[in-house]
Order: sequence, then C-alpha cells, then structure tokens
Amino acid sequence: EAGLNAVCPRWRLSVLSKDDNGVVLSLGVKNQRLIVSARPFRLDIMQGPEVLLSLNSRGLLAFEHLRLHKDTDKEEVGLWEETFKSHTDTKPNGPTSISLDFSLPGVEHVYGIPEHADDLKLKTTDGGDPYRLYNLDVFQYELYNPMALYGSIPVMLAHNTQRTMGIFWLNAAETWVDISSNTTGKTVFGKMLDFVQGSSENPQTDVRWISESGIIDVFIMLGPKPSDVFSQYASLTGTQSFPPLASLGYHQCRWNYNDQEDVKSVDQGFDQHDIPYDFIWLDIEHADGKRYFTWDPHKFPQPKEMLQGLMDKKRKMVAIVDPHIRVDSGYKIHNEITSKDFYVKNKDGRNYEGWCWPGNSGYPDFTKPEMRAWWASMFAYDQYEGSMENLFTWNDMNEPSVFNGPEVTMHKDALHGKWEHRDIHNIYGLYVQMATAEGQTRRSGGVERPFVLTRAFFAGSQRYGAVWTGDNAAEWDHLKISIPMCLSLGLVGVSFCGADVGGFFKNPSTELLVRWYQTGAYQPFFRAHAHLDTTRREPWLFGPENTALIREVIRQRYALLPYWYQLLYQAHKTGMPVMRPLWVDYPKDTATFTIDDEFLIGRDLLVHPVTEEGSRGVTAYLPGAGEVWYDVHTFQKHNGAQNLYIPVTLSSIPVFQRGGSIIPRKDRVRRSSTCMENDPYTLYVALSPKKFAEGELYIDDGHSFNYDTKKEFIHRSLTFANNALTSNNLCPNCNFLTSSWIEKVLILGASKPSKVLLKMDGKETPVDFEFDTSMSVLTLRKPGMNAGADWTLLLQ
Amino acid sequence: MTCVHLLLTLVFAVSLGTPVEIQGPRGVPLTKKQFYVENKPFTCLDGSRTIPFDRVNDDYCDCKDGSDEPGTAACPNGSFHCTNAGYRTMFIPSSRINDGICDCCDTTDEYNSGAKCENTCKELGRKEREVLQKMTEITKEGFLLKQHLIEEAKKGHQEKQIKVTDMQENKKQLDEKVEVLRTVKETAEQPEKEAKERHLKAWEEQKAAIRLEKDKAKMAEAFLELDDNADGFVSVSELQSHAELDADADGTLTETEAQGLMGGAEQVDMSTFESVWPNIKDKYHSEVSREEADMSCLVSSEVPFGPHRWLVQLPSEAFYRYVTEKYSCTSYVSSSCSLFPYANPTVLWFTAAQKARDDFEEAEKALREMDDQIRNIEKELSFDFGPDAEFTYLYSQCYELTTGEYIYRLCPFNRVSQKPKYGGSETNLGTWGSWSGPENNKYLLMKYEHGTGCWQGPNRSTTVKLTCGKETVVTSTSEPSRCEYLMEFTTPAVCQEPANTDLSPHDHVEL
Repeated sequence: EAGLNAVCPRWRLSVLSKDDNGVVLSLGVKNQRLIVSARPFRLDIMQGPEVLLSLNSRGLLAFEHLRLHKDTDKEEVGLWEETFKSHTDTKPNGPTSISLDFSLPGVEHVYGIPEHADDLKLKTTDGGDPYRLYNLDVFQYELYNPMALYGSIPVMLAHNTQRTMGIFWLNAAETWVDISSNTTGKTVFGKMLDFVQGSSENPQTDVRWISESGIIDVFIMLGPKPSDVFSQYASLTGTQSFPPLASLGYHQCRWNYNDQEDVKSVDQGFDQHDIPYDFIWLDIEHADGKRYFTWDPHKFPQPKEMLQGLMDKKRKMVAIVDPHIRVDSGYKIHNEITSKDFYVKNKDGRNYEGWCWPGNSGYPDFTKPEMRAWWASMFAYDQYEGSMENLFTWNDMNEPSVFNGPEVTMHKDALHGKWEHRDIHNIYGLYVQMATAEGQTRRSGGVERPFVLTRAFFAGSQRYGAVWTGDNAAEWDHLKISIPMCLSLGLVGVSFCGADVGGFFKNPSTELLVRWYQTGAYQPFFRAHAHLDTTRREPWLFGPENTALIREVIRQRYALLPYWYQLLYQAHKTGMPVMRPLWVDYPKDTATFTIDDEFLIGRDLLVHPVTEEGSRGVTAYLPGAGEVWYDVHTFQKHNGAQNLYIPVTLSSIPVFQRGGSIIPRKDRVRRSSTCMENDPYTLYVALSPKKFAEGELYIDDGHSFNYDTKKEFIHRSLTFANNALTSNNLCPNCNFLTSSWIEKVLILGASKPSKVLLKMDGKETPVDFEFDTSMSVLTLRKPGMNAGADWTLLLQ
Repeated sequence: MTCVHLLLTLVFAVSLGTPVEIQGPRGVPLTKKQFYVENKPFTCLDGSRTIPFDRVNDDYCDCKDGSDEPGTAACPNGSFHCTNAGYRTMFIPSSRINDGICDCCDTTDEYNSGAKCENTCKELGRKEREVLQKMTEITKEGFLLKQHLIEEAKKGHQEKQIKVTDMQENKKQLDEKVEVLRTVKETAEQPEKEAKERHLKAWEEQKAAIRLEKDKAKMAEAFLELDDNADGFVSVSELQSHAELDADADGTLTETEAQGLMGGAEQVDMSTFESVWPNIKDKYHSEVSREEADMSCLVSSEVPFGPHRWLVQLPSEAFYRYVTEKYSCTSYVSSSCSLFPYANPTVLWFTAAQKARDDFEEAEKALREMDDQIRNIEKELSFDFGPDAEFTYLYSQCYELTTGEYIYRLCPFNRVSQKPKYGGSETNLGTWGSWSGPENNKYLLMKYEHGTGCWQGPNRSTTVKLTCGKETVVTSTSEPSRCEYLMEFTTPAVCQEPANTDLSPHDHVEL
C-alpha cells in the first residue's frame, strides 16, 4: 500500500448486458465498455467498436500459491529450493509466481518500466532476455541492456497518434516484462506497402508480465491524452514532491570531500571563480567508521561550525545516510534498533547480517511503520548531533546493497515480519527514503520541505524526493544514456531525476566534462559526482577557458530557476513530467515517437545536448507544423516540423524556446539560489506566428510548506494577445508578498511599436523600449511592476 | 518610538560617514570617478553607448560592460568597489551587492538587503598589518639566510668541481694501471690455460683406462659366476640360467636365444667370452648382490672433484689446497677412487695467474668506484638547484612531518614517502620528477612522480609547495585527490628580497 496514494477515485460499474459466457460493463466514460468473457477467460476494454486493450488474450494468465512442501509434490529443479552461486534460497512457500498478458492493438510504441540503461522506446524482447525489474547495486552497469538496475517502477505507457494508455502492475517482487510486436523487423517501406495494398494486419504490441510472488494487482490507465495518463497514474501513486527551490540549483559532490578544510576550500573556490552553487555533498567517509548519523572526529570535528560557514553564504550541505547499520555495541543507532527489535531477520529468525561499507551490518526493517517512525525521529536536531537546518540527506545503497548477498542484495528468504524479502524487495528502497524524508520534515515541526536523494526506488518514490541514475561512468555513451533514463522515469512519475555529471567511475576528458555540465544543467537534478579513485574535477581545474564554459552553463541554469521551480510545482500539482519526450506535447507527430537525444523541459524549452565527442554540429528535430522556435542564445527564429542542422562549438548548447510561450527568468545570477530570492524577473515572451504567447509565474518562500498549509504563494498567468501582455492572478485567495519585480520584458518575434504603456492601478505610464530589427526583438526597459501585481503592458 | 529611534540612528550613521566618503556614484573607484559626472550624459566605459546620467546606478543594466551599474547588481559582469577605509580597497562582482552576505568590511555592499553587517575594516587592517609585519620580518630574515645558502652552494659547487677534476686525473692513472694489469694477467694465464687443457686431456684418458679396467674385471667375475660347473667354459645352459638376458622379453631365455648371444657356439672359454660379454653386459645381473661403488665413484667424483668443476668454479685458494693437500677423495667416496694430481710446476703457474687476476680485479674495482663517485658528483652538479643554486642545501637531506596516522618524509630531489605511525611498511609517494611551478617562477612547486601504484588508480605522486620561511620544514600534507598528495614546505630558499623596505606599512594602508 506504500506505493499507492491514499486517495484513489472510485466509480461504480454498471452492467450493460450479459449472457452465459460473460458480461458487458460500462466504464463510466462514454462509449467505453469492459467485456468480461468466461471461457476462455479474457477482458477486453472497448471504446466504440475499437478494442483498446485486452487482458489474457494469449491465455498466459497463471498463478501459483503459497504452500508447504508435500512428499506428493513434483520434484523439479528450482521448485522448492534454488541455488545461485554459493547462495541458497530456501523457498519455504514453494514456487509462487504469477503472470498475465496484455495486448495493445494499434500500438507500436511502448515506454517506461524503468530503471534500465536503454533507449526511451522499449524494444521487443523476442529471442532475448525480458526487461527485468529487481533493485540491484550493479557495479559498472552495461548500456543498451534490459538488465535490472537500482530501481523498479512497474508502469508501462503505450502510445499511438490516437491515444496514450498505461499499465501499472503493482507488485514489489522480482518482475520480468516481455514485449513482442507484429511489426518488429518491418521496414517503413514494408509498412507502407502493407498500407497501400490494404493487406496489412493492424500493428499490435503484446506484453507479458511475470512476478516471482504476490498477487495480480493491475491498474489500467486509459488516457486518452498523455496528460490524462499522468494524472491518472498520479491519482494512484501521488505526484512528485515539491522540492525546496535551492535543490534545483547546482550540487557539488565527490566521494569524498576529505575534511572541513577541504569543504571550506571548495566552497571558496566557487566564490573565487564566481560560479554559483547551492549544495556541497559528503559521501560515506564523513561518518565515524561508516556509522551514519555521526561525524569522523578527526576530519569533521566541528560539523556545526562547517554548516554555519555554509549558512553564512546561504548554502547547504547533504550528508549520506545509508540503511546498512554497523553491528557495533558502541553505536547508538545499532543498539536502539537491536533493543527495539527493528532489524530484518534471516530465515531462522535471527537478525539478518550482511557486509556493506562498515563491514558486518544489520538492515533495519523499513517496512515496519514503527521502525520508520523511530528512524524519522533520529533526524531531530538533538538526536543527529552536528546537524543543522541546512543539512539534508542522501540515501544510497538502499536496494538494499549487501556485498556478500546473492547478486549483491538481500537473501530472498530473509524475513520482514511474516513477509519474505522476495515479496517486498523492490519497495524496500522507497520505505528508506520515505522514513528519511519524514524525519527531515518532522525536525522542523512539519514546516520545512525535505530534500532526500535516493538510488533505489519504486512506484510512488516520487513523493519523497529526488532520484539519480546511480554509478555511471565517464564515457560519452553514459552521457547519452542519461537522457532516455531520466525521460523514462519522468513518464512514470519521477520528475526529479539526474545523472552524475562527469560520470562516477573513471576520469572524463575535459571535453566530456564540459558537455556533461551543458547537458546536466538542463536536466532536473543537477549534481556533479566522482568516485574516490578519480582525480579532482571541481569546475575550475581545467584551465580558464573551460572554467568559463562551465560557469556560463551553471549560470544559465540559475537564470532559469524560476521556470524549473514552476515546472516542479506543476509536476507536484498535476503529475506532468518536467523533463519530457517530445511526443508528450506532440502526440500526433510520429516523427517524435522514438526521439531520445533531445527533450522538452516543460512544454516550452527544447534541448538538444551535444553528446558526441568532437562534434561540429547536431541535427535537432523542431516539432510542430506551423509553429516556430527561437534559439534562446541568439533569438533566431526557426520553423517547426523540420530537422534543423545546428553547427556547434564547445560553447554551444542548442536550446530553443517555443513560439507561443512566456518564460520568466532571473538573469541576475548570484552565489546561490537563496541569494537571488528578491531579485527581479525578466520575461522572455516568444511570440507564435499568430502573435500570441502564454506562460505562468509561480513564487513562494522557496522552502516551507506554507504554500500548501497557508496558501502563501503567488501564481499568475501571463498572456500576450492583441499586442497586450497581461498578468492575471490564478489564485486570488492566496497571499504572498514578494519584493521581486519585473525589470525587463523581451518580446521575440515582435514588430516595432510606436509607444508602450504600462496599465496598472488605473494609471497608464509610458515604458522605454528598444527594438532590434535584425532579430525582431523588442526590449521593454524597466517596467518595474511588482511580480505579484495585476498589470498590462500595451504595445501601440 | 522605535521608528523615530531608528531614523535618528540612521541620520547619525550617515553624518558620521559623510566626512570620509568622497561623493560620487556608488561602487566607483577613485580612479574612475572622472567618467561619472553628475547630470552629464554617461558614456559606457567600453564606449558602446551614451545614456542620461539618471540611468547610472538606476538598477537596470544599459551598458554591455556593466559600467553604468557600479553600485547595483543589475549587470551580470559588473564590479563594485569598496573603499574599506582602514583596510584594503577591493572589487567584488556586482552579483554580491545586496545578496544578504557581507563581503566588504566597510559594509557598503549591503546597503539595501537587511543584512546586519558590521564594519570590520579597522580590525582586519590591524590583523593584516600584523601579518604583513611578521611576513616582512620572515622574508627579511629568510632572504638573509638565502644569501648564506647561495654562498655555501657556490663554495660547495666549486669544491665539488675541483674534486671532480682531481678525480678525473686520478681516474686516468687508474685507467692506465688497469690496462697494464690486464696485459700481465693475460700473459700469466696463457701457461695456466695450456696446463689445464693438458690436464683435462690426461684426466679423460685416465678415466677411459679406468673404465676399461673395471669392465674387464667385471667380465672375469661374470665368467666365473656363469661357469657353474667350473669347467673353464660357459655353456648355453649355464647362460640360460640368467633369464634377464632374454631378448624378446617373454620371460625365458630359450636355447636358441642363448646360443644366439654366444655367437652360435655351444660353449665359450674365457678368451672367447670377451666377444660374448658386449652382448650381455647391459642386462647382466650379478648373482652376488654388491655395491656398485666402483662405478659410482667414477660418476660421483665427476661432480665435486671433476676437472671441470675445479677449473671453472673453485676459487684459487681452495683449488690450491685441494691440489697440495688432498690427493684423494677418501672423505667423499670409496678409497678405490684415487685422484689425479697436478704436477708441481703446473700448480705454480696457477698461483702466478691467480695473483695477476687478483691484482687486475682490484684495480678494476677501484676504477669502477672512482667512476661512481665522479658520476654522483656530476649528477649533483647537474641538478637544477635554482637560479642561484639556493636549493642545493636540500640535497641528500630529509624532512619529516608526523600527523595523526602517518609519518611523512620528504627527501628533496630524491623521494617522498609515508609510513604508518604504528607499524606497517613504507609507501613511496613519488620520486623526484621536476620543478613544476608557474611559468614566472617554476621553483615554487616540486613534482614527485611514479610512486607506489594505487589499487584501481594511478601511481602515487606528490606536489610540494614551497613558501618562504626561516626554517626548512614540512608544514602540512593532504591528499586532495586519491593518491595525489600535496605537501607544504617552507624554506628560506624561496624568500624574495623584501620589495621596498623604506615604505612603512602604515602609509600603504592609509592610501
């Protein structure tokens, strides 16, 4: 039930007709029916005469049940006991797997079921391994491979030009997904020939889900629009948590910043090189003997002094807290867990122990609500010594990672109360992050928003914080794969996603590092991280030219923070992904269906990162027939529905703003996001061919729950139509005061007015402006109104 | 009441500030004040455009170079000047104006952010002066020490050069001596070589004779054994009793087979047996079990005492002892094995040759040692010990620093190492590579490379940062990147001549 949100809407089904072999039920929506057939058993969801989706049409429904081993049982290898390398799984309940097939007529493109280091569009698995969902700590993972990684979200999206649907297979046991398609291997020409000859069979994708244990518990999301599927899924598992604004800034991480001096000098390095950042991170070496919640007494003797130093600069810190607990009678956390009997048990009922960073470790049973409540209480300032309000948390190794366990994880016959680990494996990591986020919220009396990063995840993890793609490598292919990996996560609810900038293992070339910063700055979670064995790679260590390139892109990120924040708010409210595949906003454009080397941020920014070594140019697809896109750096206008070749240098980051959109930016970039709180906005109004544009502006205090509990926020719509730009209040009963104002308005694709007037409080005042004829950019100089006010700018 | 009070404080503060503050746009340094003339149009300092003066510091960026907003955060590339009276003047990026963080010690950067900044310039100035004073003193003393070091290095350099020249001369003489001794040795070795060859030949001949003798004796013994009836003949049937002689290995020696071995004869006498013996001797088993001492003596005597061993490997003294004292190998093998001694004149030749060899080797060794010494001094002379050889004194010295866990050891121009305090083996953190400071002064950094390899990582290396100090001492070590160490090291050798000793620090600061 942890995967699911508490409030799930329900409707009553009505029987339309029935006969000896089945019933026809109305699904509430017009023309949508469910046909239940008894022999053979199948379910068909219909819209009018069309079959949208069928269950068990291939008859692959199968289930086993928990039972004791009897002498009369068939003896087959692996049925009652399995061996993997030196590990034995005792399988006390025997074989328990379940399976069901789904058919998707008219569908050629399916997405989702992360986490895999693979393309955005899922491949057919005929003749190969199925996609595997089993949270594992994989050492140096392979790319373009259906192997299991750190997290599992058993949600698949199916899309064609008519409809988007989703299948949510709610099961936390090891799960496999097979995909086959009747159009596999057919060329475009072949498909066209089929169409012309009229001999074509309807394209269809067939999917089979298999889980090792549990029950068949499936949710079908019928769309029809992509945004409908997102909100339908959000109604089941909740939306992305609304993170503190600062966590959308740049994060500087390394395994490890060695000591307080090191932290101080890196912090100063950012100021010396005038590069903004918000968070500096400490990995496992900061703790005393890998005892989390403690500090190494030699390297970090004065954690509060260190945190205060960061706070003085309005910056923050993250320290790692992993869920493996050092077995050590001198360690408070271990002793309390032991005395409260909160550890996971092995099959014999003794505390389960395994090897991880500290050596012999216990694993708290995070599936227990009492355990989670206790864990949360450990984040209180008086419990977590040396912590302060600008210290946040990172949960790593929560698959859970057990160095000497089968596949580096926990034995399946370990026990969580009456449940075997096999039943809950994929949700363990979610519970860890859940309890940690709860602790962070509670330490402030429920006032402050938490920030917790997790490596393992499950359906619903989006409610608790950010996710990253684990231990990648400093290789160009790893940079490339970060895009489909985060896109896939966004499609199934997890918007706050990022990959280690620079690559975790190995040393990146300078070019790769620069390109990675340029890519990471346009992905939701923006953190550089590096392995202990790599050479230092703070942004200023590669010569002044490269420092300047990295500084520039981090500044671009900070200027766009208002837009990122507004998108996270939208994701939190509606479930819309922040980083999106193009097809989400261009669902009828088949050219977008397999694109995963570029992406949209929200609806209005299109990014095509340079991910090839020595690249001299990229070809970006600009979607939208009849639409226009503006290069955000030069303001040059390009038509939609074309492949655009863009020559690039090392400083180029191809980013385009959609004609028809308004994006608020804070172009005064400072040391950290918090320093920019009261700074003025610049509005980038990109006109559509019909001289129209719209956008939003969201402002709150950036860190508390007051936006929710006290409605303390500003939410405004910005509309440009009929030569007038207007700000309207979207939340009239909200109350929040900002000292931010509008310092500048850029209107892209404008024509030159004779006069510009600001209408506000019943008065009209002229506004200075400049017009750049070559790029058709109109700049309104210092209109000066408060960002929370009602106003109209008239172009005459 | 509070409001009034605040207002008063404000007025008070302003009135206090005014006398020292030179009026002008906020954030403009004195040197640029001339470009900002009240009520006259302002031209951006890059000349890109001209704007009305009321747009200077109006919190909107008009100039591309940021020059119209020296006192606000409006321009992304602007810079703000703090006067910092009592301390150093300073430029800060304009993005730090009113960001709530106190950057200028005179608090002028936070005029509108609500940040509670205190003027700390006086205190900072005092501290800086103290530090400067101390630094100046250190530099002064260090520079004096450096002059000494340079003197000493010069002296040492000359001495060493003279020494090398002397040694080169000595080496020449040694070279000649070695050549002479080589000729003596080769002459002395000629008769020795010949004697050895002769001796070897004779030894081989004697060995063959002994072998033949033994074979004959064995044959005679076998004849007697086989002649069971003692009739002076060995018959076919008598031979048949020795089944081991069976040629087809079927276990029995048939009559025909035996006859075959006997060359077709029915029986043979002692002299005819001589022609039969080669057919059977390899397989023949004696009826009496007995030692094979005779043969083994021959075989084993070849190992410790054979002529090859002697000639090639035994050292001269041992050789002499064996030749003169031990004529037999009784202590090692059976007494029947007597040794072939060298004749007396041969031994004398050997002794003479050995002496020549020893003399030659001794001279050659002396030459080698001389060469090594010369090479070492030349190596030292070839090191880059700085523009004035001021780093010479560090050569062949070592400096240690003990931290919580380790003892670090820096041996300049040689190596850096790390040893656990409480036992454990030493780790090489790099051997001398090169000077690697910045272009304008490469002598500020030393690089030590190719130390012990790291697991899954690079070879350890160390950068040593040199700063001016009176003492020569390692002040800190760290490992900023895995297996890349940084060591801080003070030495007078990098102390620069104090810039202008006449200018008192006071004047400088007041300006």
